[in-house]
Amino acid sequence: MTAHAPAEEHAHDHPTPGTYAKIGLVLFVLTALEVGLYEFTYGERAGPLAHDIQPFFIPLLLLLSAVKFALVAMYYMHLKNDSKLFSGVFVFPLIIATVVILAMVALMAYHWAFSRSG
Amino acid sequence: MSDHAQALETTTGLDSRKLAIWTFIGSECMFFATLISNYLVNKGRSLVGPFAHEAWTDPATGKVYEPIIEIPLVTVGTALLLFSSLFIVLALYGAQKGNRKMLVGWLGATLVCGIFFVGMQVYEFTHFVHKGLTLQRNMFGASFFTLTGFHGTHVTIGVIWLATMFYLALRGKLTPNRSVNLEMAALYWHFVDVVWIIIFPVVYLIR
Repeated sequence: MTAHAPAEEHAHDHPTPGTYAKIGLVLFVLTALEVGLYEFTYGERAGPLAHDIQPFFIPLLLLLSAVKFALVAMYYMHLKNDSKLFSGVFVFPLIIATVVILAMVALMAYHWAFSRSG
Repeated sequence: MSDHAQALETTTGLDSRKLAIWTFIGSECMFFATLISNYLVNKGRSLVGPFAHEAWTDPATGKVYEPIIEIPLVTVGTALLLFSSLFIVLALYGAQKGNRKMLVGWLGATLVCGIFFVGMQVYEFTHFVHKGLTLQRNMFGASFFTLTGFHGTHVTIGVIWLATMFYLALRGKLTPNRSVNLEMAALYWHFVDVVWIIIFPVVYLIR
C-alpha cells in the first residue's frame, strides 16, 4: 500500500473553498482589466493616452490571459498539488501548441512581408 | 472493493481515468492550437466585409457593414464561464467531502452558467449572420466560426456531461468514493474555460 500513498496524499492537498473563491475573484478582476484595457485603448473611452498604450496593448493582454490560464490550471485543475505526471502530460503538448501558433504566425508574417517587397 | 481502491491499484499509483482525461486534454491543446493559428493567419486576409472591428462599405452596392464584434455581450459570456469554473470546483469539493447539498447546489449553478454561455453563443452567431457574416462570406467569417464553433461544441458536450453528473448527484450516486467521475468532468470543463481565456483576447479584443 505504501507505493500508493503519494496518490492518496495528493488527493487531500487540494485548496479550500476560501482559496477557490479568492482565485475566482482574481480571475474576475483580471478579466475586468482586459476589457478595461481594450476600452481605454480602442473602445468608446479611448482618450489622449490611447495612442501611447497601443504598443503595449497586445503584450499586456497576452500577459493577463497567461496569468488567468496559469491560475485555473494550477488551482482549479489542481496541477499545483497533483502528480507531476499530470502536469507533464498537459504542459508538453501545451508547449508544442504554443510553438505551432508562433511558428504559423511568424511564417505567414514573413510570407506577407516577402510578397509585399516583391 | 470501492472504485477509489480499485483506482489506486495501478503501476503509477495514479488513477488511470485521470491520466486518460489529462492525455485527452493535452491532445485538445494541439487541436485548438491549429484552430487559433488558422484564425490568426486568415482573419486579416478577407477581401470583403464585414470585419471584426472596422466598418466596411460594399463598393458595388454602397451597403455599409457595421463592425461585427460586440464586447459587452461576450464579456458577460466570459464571466459566466469563469464563474462556472469556480462553481464546479466547489461542487467537486462538496462531492469529495460527502456534502451533498454543496455538491448539488454548485453543480446546478455550473450547469446554469454553461447553458447561458451556449445560449449567448447561439444568439451571437445568429446576430452575426443577420449582420452579413457567414461561414463562406470571407476568411474572417470562416476562421471565426470554425474556432468559436468548435469551442461552443465543446461547451455543449460539457453541458451534457455535467447534466448527467447532476442527475447522478440528485440520485445520491456521486459519493466521495466515486467523486473521480465528477473530477474528470470538472477537468474537461476547466479546459473549456482555459481555451476561452485564450480565445477571448485573441478573437474579441486584439484588433
